[in-house]
Amino acid sequence: MNLKTLCLGVSAFVSLALSAHAETLTIATVNNGDMVRMQRLTDDFKAKHPDIDVKWVTLEENALRQKVTTDIAAKGGQYDVLTIGTYEVPIWAKKGWLVALDHLGADYDVNDILPPIRNGLTQDGKLYAAPFYGESSMVMYRKDLMQKAGLTMPDAPSWDFVADAARKMTDKANGVYGICLRGKAGWGENMAFLSAMANSFGARWFDEKWRAQFDQPEWKKALGFYVGLMKDAGPPGASSNGFNENLALFQSGKCGMWIDATVAASFVSNPKESKVADSVGFALAPDNGLGKRSNWLWAWSLAIPAGSTKTAAAETFIAWATGKPYLDLVAAKEGWANVPPGTRTSLYANPEYAKLPFAKMTLDSINAADPLHPAVKPVPYVGVQFVAIPEFQGIGTAVGQQFSAALAGKTSVDDALANAQKLTEREMVKAGYHK
Amino acid sequence: MATLHTRASARLMMAPSVIVLFAWMIVPLAMTLYFSFQRYNLLSPDEHGWTGLLNYTYFLTDPAFGDALTNTLLLVGGVLAITVVGGLCLALMLDQPFWGRGIVRLLVIAPFFVMPTVSALVWKNMLMNPVYGVFAWIARTLGVEPIDWLADVPLLSIILIVAWQWLPFATLILLTALQSLDTEQQEAAEMDGAGVVGRFIHLVLPHLARPITVVILIETIFLLGVFAEILVTTGGGPGTATTNIVYLVYSQALLQFDVGGASAGGIVAVVLANIVAVFLIRLIGKNLDR
Amino acid sequence: MARAVTTRRKALLTVIGWTVGFLVFFPILWTVLTSFKTEGEAIANPPSFLAFDWTTENYTEVQHRSDYFLHMMNSVVISFGSTALGLLFAVPAAWAMAFAPGKRTKDILMWMLSTKMMPAVGVLVPLYILFRDSGLLDTRVGLVGVLTLIDLPLIVWMLYTYFREIPGEILEAARMDGASLGKEIVFVLAPMAVPGIASTTLLNIILSWNEAFWTLNLTTSNAAPLTAFIASYSSPEGLFWAKLSAASTLAIAPILVLGWFSQRQLVRGLTFGAVK
Repeated sequence: MNLKTLCLGVSAFVSLALSAHAETLTIATVNNGDMVRMQRLTDDFKAKHPDIDVKWVTLEENALRQKVTTDIAAKGGQYDVLTIGTYEVPIWAKKGWLVALDHLGADYDVNDILPPIRNGLTQDGKLYAAPFYGESSMVMYRKDLMQKAGLTMPDAPSWDFVADAARKMTDKANGVYGICLRGKAGWGENMAFLSAMANSFGARWFDEKWRAQFDQPEWKKALGFYVGLMKDAGPPGASSNGFNENLALFQSGKCGMWIDATVAASFVSNPKESKVADSVGFALAPDNGLGKRSNWLWAWSLAIPAGSTKTAAAETFIAWATGKPYLDLVAAKEGWANVPPGTRTSLYANPEYAKLPFAKMTLDSINAADPLHPAVKPVPYVGVQFVAIPEFQGIGTAVGQQFSAALAGKTSVDDALANAQKLTEREMVKAGYHK
Repeated sequence: MATLHTRASARLMMAPSVIVLFAWMIVPLAMTLYFSFQRYNLLSPDEHGWTGLLNYTYFLTDPAFGDALTNTLLLVGGVLAITVVGGLCLALMLDQPFWGRGIVRLLVIAPFFVMPTVSALVWKNMLMNPVYGVFAWIARTLGVEPIDWLADVPLLSIILIVAWQWLPFATLILLTALQSLDTEQQEAAEMDGAGVVGRFIHLVLPHLARPITVVILIETIFLLGVFAEILVTTGGGPGTATTNIVYLVYSQALLQFDVGGASAGGIVAVVLANIVAVFLIRLIGKNLDR
Repeated sequence: MARAVTTRRKALLTVIGWTVGFLVFFPILWTVLTSFKTEGEAIANPPSFLAFDWTTENYTEVQHRSDYFLHMMNSVVISFGSTALGLLFAVPAAWAMAFAPGKRTKDILMWMLSTKMMPAVGVLVPLYILFRDSGLLDTRVGLVGVLTLIDLPLIVWMLYTYFREIPGEILEAARMDGASLGKEIVFVLAPMAVPGIASTTLLNIILSWNEAFWTLNLTTSNAAPLTAFIASYSSPEGLFWAKLSAASTLAIAPILVLGWFSQRQLVRGLTFGAVK
């Protein structure tokens, strides 16, 4: 304890000594609601740390990922704090591109971070990124429409139930579609959903020898199920719908069910934004009785690139943004519903927070995901809705294009799978996985 | 002889531009050429080395390559057709006197000032969206099933968006050309009893041949590089329906971070662009030398 | 009788003209209207055209979240700077090509244009590394440089086509009077080339203002222009149509106003030598 305090003191002194005047941190972040809120609350940080100034680079997710990846790989050194996901952290940490977060402070309480998320951000026993908010996926549904269809949603539905309910809830004449699912191509868009869904169908991306598995019956069943369901009960234009498009559809009362990120729960139940706020129910993502549910795991996390010269200040910032007091700060200013979810056990133990209708279901969903054993069969990779290898972004997006085309009816399910198999194998050969 | 002196100073005056442009071309080109023979993924920088033609074989045998080539040509051709014909109509219209012509002209040229990303976002989200887009609303009001633009006719949608941005450019150039048309000649033709159509074919159109080639040349240069509109709207899909060459290179460079592959793709794109350029220069060069 | 026909024709043309103008302008109009709606109204169906509760909350929010004026100043500096620098290089080159053409002038011109066809994405990584090593990342200077090089071919070509239209006899006469090269350019050529230079300048400012690849990829915060500003409003989580519209309106407003006010100058010179 004493040693830790001493260390802290020394590092604080060193950072003070090094910076005669205020240091400016450049922080790259995604333009999601929770991050925008963090940006709004910067004043609190500045009040506590007058010697550190903060400059924000807020960008749309894909643009941010491109810029941050280019910068860190080319060692451009433009940023001091990065917002990255559970996909990047293990890959980058292994390459030595991230600074281990050892000085988050005595009151930071690393062990309070939810275990599945903490595991995803830890490499060789060291934490390389601190989670800002975590999410899994779950079913959000309209209680009123469910009732109208004469059904009751169980807490842990099966895919057959969901499909049946979706078809019964659909009323195309009145612009109500039973189910809204992602269809927009992209490894973080439709493939996030489809990979997680395929897990519950017993499918996997690769076998133990890194052979692509799209020629296997499980994938055919999963993709066929998805395309068929969306054709019968999905909204028009589904192949260009991502998270946002579906959110807008659900909020304006066009969807009976929507399976997507748990963070959406606070949007759809916010009466200021959502027409259906008072009739939303939540359930776990569906399964097929094979032991795996179709929910993913993701955490937007803050990390420090190895090139940063302001490591101490950056770590101070990360400790502020992901620590417990920040949660209380948001709760005090904007209410418990707007607190960044899914990172800390203590948050879910808080009786105030537990009152929220989606709190328990979010926690259960996160705990139901296992990035180390995502599929029914054994796999050589880590990650539920992604494969934590550098090549995955490219491959995932190309496969996503094929599946998006199948959803749009441009190709058949069989052709889409055959193409996916071919292009994945091609890239894996090029990347040297098959020796 | 002033010519010798002039020649020399002419060289001197051209030199800065030529030198900087040459550097701008040759340095990245040389680096790209070098990388294109390397196995170099930005995400695995430790596995570095010569790979011969591997990057080229991979790029050229990419299943999406054929589609990308066709899409590029369709995109350029489609936008050119729409903007030239549409621009001609608009220019003819704006050449006639009517009330508020100045304001209408302002309205017509406005799209040219809009950033490609902005116009793509606006078209995608607020106009073409099949559920709450304006087009869908119009269709439903008319009792027709709304078209799902970006999924059903993806390439046409992109062509429309890009054409909307370039329509003002064509209109402006053609309008300027029309206004320079000799009114005396026009009136003489009218006196001779030439009809509207006849005058248009025999007098106006030949006069517009050069401006039209200029429009084609300049637009082609920009249209070969269309990228933001695709990234924002369809991301190259569904499938490869809207992937053009530039987008294919992009997916290599910024999705896979495969510098080697992207460089090979870049070189291929440069070669293809130069083939197009040679054709264009033949076409335009003749027309401009007249 | 003739007058009546023209009036009727004029009326008809007025209707057609305004309809077409409205249709072409509609996407922009719609963006501006949406920027004054609430997020809920922005996706309402059927859409409301004017009868909604006008609000400026989106602008407040945008202003609160990002430093609009910083981005706008960056856009101004980058687009005006690169155009000015481009002109500095291009005027002498175009002059030389127009008045002392050699055998290879045409080839050089076409080669210059062909450098514009190189796909930017293909050379991003090499250039990023170059920029990193020379400390140009996220600087206005770096961007001005890149955009100058991108603009240069078009500037040279446009100027060349204008200069070529200036009758050579005038220059001859000036030379006879003993005017030096510099004087020839300043006193004889420049006044005649003003419309051409003006429209070249305007066109290039517009093109640089809207350039969205290099400006986005070579900047982070200090030099980020309006293209980066827009990228922070496109598709976040949650409803964003109205805020995006507000940001879009802010991003295009300056250049739209500039374009509208100077459209006469823009149009006058926009011939690319196509009109004799």
